[in-house]
Amino acid sequence: MGYERQADLGTPPSASADSVELTIDGRQISVPAGTSVMRAAAQSGGHIPKLCATDSIKSFGSCRLCLVEIDGMRGTPASCTTPVSEGMVVHTQTQRLQKLRRSVMELYISDHPLDCLTCSANNDCELQDEAAAVGLRDVRFGYEGSNHLGLDVDSSNPYFDFDPSKCIACSRCVRACDEIQGTFALTMDGRGFESKISAGTRDDDFLSSECVSCGACVQACPTAALDEKAVKEIGRPERAVVTTCAYCGVGCTFRAEMRGEQLVRMVPWKDGKANRGHSCVKGRFAWGYANHQDRITSPMIRDHIDEPWREVSWDEAIAFAAARIDAIRIRHGSEALGGITSSRCTNEETFLVQKMVRSVFGTNNVDTCARVCHSPTGYGLKTAFGTSAGTQDFDSVEHSDVILVIGANPTDGHPVFASRMKRRLRQGAKLIVIDPRRIDLVRSPHIEAAHHLPLQPGTNVAVLTAMAHVIVTENLADETFIRERCDWQEYDDWRQFVSDSRHSPEALESVTRVPANELRQAARLFATGGNGAIYYGLGVTEHSQGSSTVMAIANLAMATGNIGRPGVGVNPLRGQNNVQGACDMGSFPHELPGYRHVHEADTRQLFEREWGTTLDAEPGLRIPNMLDAAVDGTFKAIYIQGEDILQSDPNTRHVAAGLAAMECVVVHDLFLNETANYAHVFLPGSTFLEKNGTFTNAERRIQPVRKVMQPANGFEDWEVTQLLANALGAGWSYSHPAEILDEIACLTPSFAGVSWSRLEQVGSLQWPVNEQHPDGAPVMHMDGFVRGKGKFVVTDYVPTDEKTGPRFPLLLTTGRILSHYNVGAQTRRTKNTAWHPEDLLEMHPADAENRGLKDGDWTRLASRTGETTLRVKVTDRVAPGVVYTTFHHPETQANVVTTDYSDWATNCPEYKVTAVQVMPSNGPSDWQEDYSKRTDRSRRVIEDVPAE
Amino acid sequence: MNETAHSVIRMANQIARNFEILGKEAAVAATQDHIASFWDRRMKAAAFGLLPSADVGFSPLAREALERLAGETDGAGHQDAG
Ligand code: SF4
Ligand code: SF4
Ligand code: SF4
Ligand code: FES
Repeated sequence: MGYERQADLGTPPSASADSVELTIDGRQISVPAGTSVMRAAAQSGGHIPKLCATDSIKSFGSCRLCLVEIDGMRGTPASCTTPVSEGMVVHTQTQRLQKLRRSVMELYISDHPLDCLTCSANNDCELQDEAAAVGLRDVRFGYEGSNHLGLDVDSSNPYFDFDPSKCIACSRCVRACDEIQGTFALTMDGRGFESKISAGTRDDDFLSSECVSCGACVQACPTAALDEKAVKEIGRPERAVVTTCAYCGVGCTFRAEMRGEQLVRMVPWKDGKANRGHSCVKGRFAWGYANHQDRITSPMIRDHIDEPWREVSWDEAIAFAAARIDAIRIRHGSEALGGITSSRCTNEETFLVQKMVRSVFGTNNVDTCARVCHSPTGYGLKTAFGTSAGTQDFDSVEHSDVILVIGANPTDGHPVFASRMKRRLRQGAKLIVIDPRRIDLVRSPHIEAAHHLPLQPGTNVAVLTAMAHVIVTENLADETFIRERCDWQEYDDWRQFVSDSRHSPEALESVTRVPANELRQAARLFATGGNGAIYYGLGVTEHSQGSSTVMAIANLAMATGNIGRPGVGVNPLRGQNNVQGACDMGSFPHELPGYRHVHEADTRQLFEREWGTTLDAEPGLRIPNMLDAAVDGTFKAIYIQGEDILQSDPNTRHVAAGLAAMECVVVHDLFLNETANYAHVFLPGSTFLEKNGTFTNAERRIQPVRKVMQPANGFEDWEVTQLLANALGAGWSYSHPAEILDEIACLTPSFAGVSWSRLEQVGSLQWPVNEQHPDGAPVMHMDGFVRGKGKFVVTDYVPTDEKTGPRFPLLLTTGRILSHYNVGAQTRRTKNTAWHPEDLLEMHPADAENRGLKDGDWTRLASRTGETTLRVKVTDRVAPGVVYTTFHHPETQANVVTTDYSDWATNCPEYKVTAVQVMPSNGPSDWQEDYSKRTDRSRRVIEDVPAE
Repeated sequence: MNETAHSVIRMANQIARNFEILGKEAAVAATQDHIASFWDRRMKAAAFGLLPSADVGFSPLAREALERLAGETDGAGHQDAG
C-alpha cells in the first residue's frame, strides 16, 4: 500500500435505520437519517472544505469553512452541523461559497507560520490541503499584525510536541480528549483570537497534566500543532501496513506507517473493530523497544549457567539445543521435557510450540503464561456455559445500562476499551465497582460509580454470593430466562444455597468489610437496572478461589437473564494480547487446540492422523508442577517462548530453584530476560513488527499481524520453533503462517472457517467461525448455551490459607499501570518510563503513620516467602490494612514476596493476596543484592563470534 | 518428602475443600474426576504413593478420592477414560 491518509468523512456515522434521499451538486444520494450534509457529500464522492470537523468526534461548527447553500434555506449553513432532510438540494461549490471560504482561510493563514517546506506535516496537513482546495493564492491581511508566531513549543511529552504557533484553535484536540479518550485533559482558554489550547492548569505542561498520552488529540489535529516527534526525526511516512497491537487483550489495530524499513508512527486504524480508531500510549507510542540496544539478535549458548554466554550461529545453537534435549529424552524419557507457549506470540507460533511439545518431545508437558492470569476463566466459563471465552464483543458495551466491574482496572489495563466504557457511562449507564482499591473509574471526570464495594482482598466469592442472596431472596431473579435457558434443578440447588441467611450481606459483612446496605443496593441495581454487563480481570482470577469467582460471576449473569444479547454478558478483560489465542491453541497440558481434553480418544486420533504421531492420553504438568518436578529431578529440559517466568511467576525463589535444577533451559525471547539467567540456550526472538500471523483478542476476534520489516534476528518466531523441531526429526515444511492457520482450521471446529485469505478480505473474524456462524459470532449463546443448558454451580466461600497475623498484619495486592505492560520487558525499554520509573507501594495514611513512613520513604516489604524493598506512596486509594504495588520492574522483585498459594482448580497463583509487614528501610534487601550480582554475572557474553 | 509430594497434598486438599459443599459422595466423585482430568502421571503416582502413610495430611475427602482413583488406575498411573 502506498501512503494515503485515512479517509475522513467529516462527521461520525448516524446509527439510524431510516434513510433520507437528497441531491448534492446534482447527484442523488440516500443516507441514514441524521447524517450531516458534510458526510453525505463525502459519501457521494464530493469534498467540502473543513477544518474543525473530523469524523471521530461530534461536529462543532466553529471554523465556518464548510459552508454550503441549500435550496429554500437562508444564508450559508455549516454543512458539518446541518443534518440531511428528505428532498434537500445542496450546492457545495458556488462562486459565493468560494469567496466566503477563501476569506475564512485567509484569516487562518495570516496567523500561521507558513514554513510549510520545512514543517514536519508538509504534504500531510489539512490546513495546507484546504488552502489549496479553496484556491487561496495570497493573503490580503499580511502577516505583520498580532499573531501567535514564536510561542514556546511544549516538548514535555516524550512522544509528541505541542507547537502553539501552528494551532488554528479548531478544538479538535479538546473534543477528542473529551469524547474519545474521556480524560478531559485539555481546555481551550480565552476566546476568539486569544484562544489557546492548554493541558491541565496554567502551570502544567502535557507531561505534568492529567494527559495519559493516548494520542487521540495528535490524530485529530489538522496541522502540525500536535505532531509526533518521530515524524520530525524520521520524516513523512511513505507506506502503511495494517497490523495488530502486541500489548494488551483489547487488540487495537494500527497502520504501521513506514519510511523505507523504518517505522515512523503507529496510527490507530479507523476500520479496526476492536478499537474503532483509538489507541493508548503503549500501542501508539511504545514500540521503541524493537530497536533497543538491549535486544539480542544472535543466538547464544553455554554449557553451564555460571559460564558467560557464547555467541554462535543459528545452526550451532539449534544443534546444541536439539542434542541436549535428545540426550535427556533418551536418559530420562519424554516426561522430563516440556515447553511454555507465550500469550505474546501469534496463534500460529503458539500452536506450533504445543505441537512440537506434544508430537516431537512426546509429552503433554506444555503450559502457557495464561496459567498465571486467566486459566480460571477457561475453567469457570467452560463449566458454566460450555466455552472458555467471553460472551460479548466490545461494541456490546454501547447497549449496557448497568456495568459491573470486578477485579479489573480498565483505565490502566485495557485503556481503549475503558474509553468506550466511559463514553457509555457518560451517556448515563450506571457503574458498580467491586475492588479493594478506589480505581480511577470510581471517580473520574463526568463519571461516578453508583456503588463502590471496597472489599477485603480474597473475599470475591463472599461478595458475589451475598449479591446473589439479595437477588434471590428479594425475588429479583429472571426465572423465565432461567427456566428456558438453564438447568432448573441446578438453579434450585444454587438458589437454596445462596438464600441461606449465612450468605446475607449482613452476615458476611465482617468477612468482606463491605457495608451490607451498599451491597444490597448494588445487587438491586444490577438485577433491575436493564441490560447488565459484567467485566472482570485478574483481580478475579488471581486468587485461591479464582475459578469459583468466575463461576459465581456466571451464576449472577444467568440469574438475572443477562446473557445472550448485546449489552449484557460475562467479559473477561484479558491481560496480554493473545491470552485468548494461546488458550484456544491448546497451550494447556490437559487440552488439545479447541479446548478438547487429551482423554478424548476421537480428538487424539484426529491430531494423530494429521501429525503422523501418537499422543499421550494423560495430561502433562502445569508450570508450577514442572518446577516441582525439576527440583525433584524428574523434569530436565524446557523450551520457553516469549515468557519470563522468573519475573512473572509467584515465589521467585522456587522458580529459580526449579530452573537451576534443569539441564537444558532454552529461552526464546527478545531480551536476556530474568529467566535467561538460568538458560543454556538463548534463541533471539522477533517483534510483532517482524512477523506474520494472527492474534485473538479478548472478544474472540482473530486479527492479522503483518510483517512490516525484516526480523533483526533473521527469523520469525514460528520459523525458530520449526528449526528446533526439525533438528529433533519433525520434518516440518511450513513456509508461511497461513499454512499453519489452515492446519489449525482443519483440526479445530471453532476455527473451521478461518483462513489468512478470509482475514485479508474481512479484516477480522470472531470465533466460532463455522457452518452455523460463517461470519463469526460477535455475541455468544444467543439461542442457547454451547453446553446446552447453562449450569449454576454452588460456589462456597473458602477463605484463603494466606492469613494476616501479628507478624504480617497487612494484605498486599498487586496490579498494573497504564504506561507499563506486564513485567515491563518492552515498556521499560521505551520512553514510557517518563511516567512510571519505579514500582511504588501504595499505603493508607493511617498505616503509614503507624510505621512512621512518609511519602517517598524506602520500605522493607516482607512476607512469609521473602522480602524486597521499594518506596512508599501514601494514599487513601487503598483501604487501611491493604497495600498495593505493581510488578513492572525487575529490581522490585514483587514476586519474591508472593506465595505458592494458587487457585484450587487451575493453580493460577494467588497474586492478589499476600500477608505482609512493611517497615522503614534504607536500601535493597539481601536477595535483591545477591540477585543483581547473579544477573550481572549471568549476562556476561564472550564477544568474539566464531566463524560460521 | 519431595516438592511434588508437598504440592499434591496441598492441591488435593484444596480441591476437595472446594467441592465439600456438594456433600460427601458428590464431593469425593468431583475431586476424583478433577484430579484424573488435570494431574500428570507423576503427580498422581506421588499422591498414591503417600496414601499408605496415615499422617501425611490428606483431608478425609481428598484421601477417599485418591484411593478411589488409585483403585481405577493401572500401575503406570494411566487412567483409560478414552
Ligand atoms: S494525548 Fe490523549 S489524554 Fe493526552 S491530551 Fe491528547 S487526547 Fe487527551
Ligand atoms: S492543537 Fe491542533 S487540534 Fe488542537 S486546536 Fe490547535 S490545531 Fe486544533
Ligand atoms: S495496549 Fe491495548 S489498548 Fe493500548 S493500543 Fe495496544 S491493544 Fe490497544
Ligand atoms: S468544518 Fe464545519 S464549521 Fe468547521
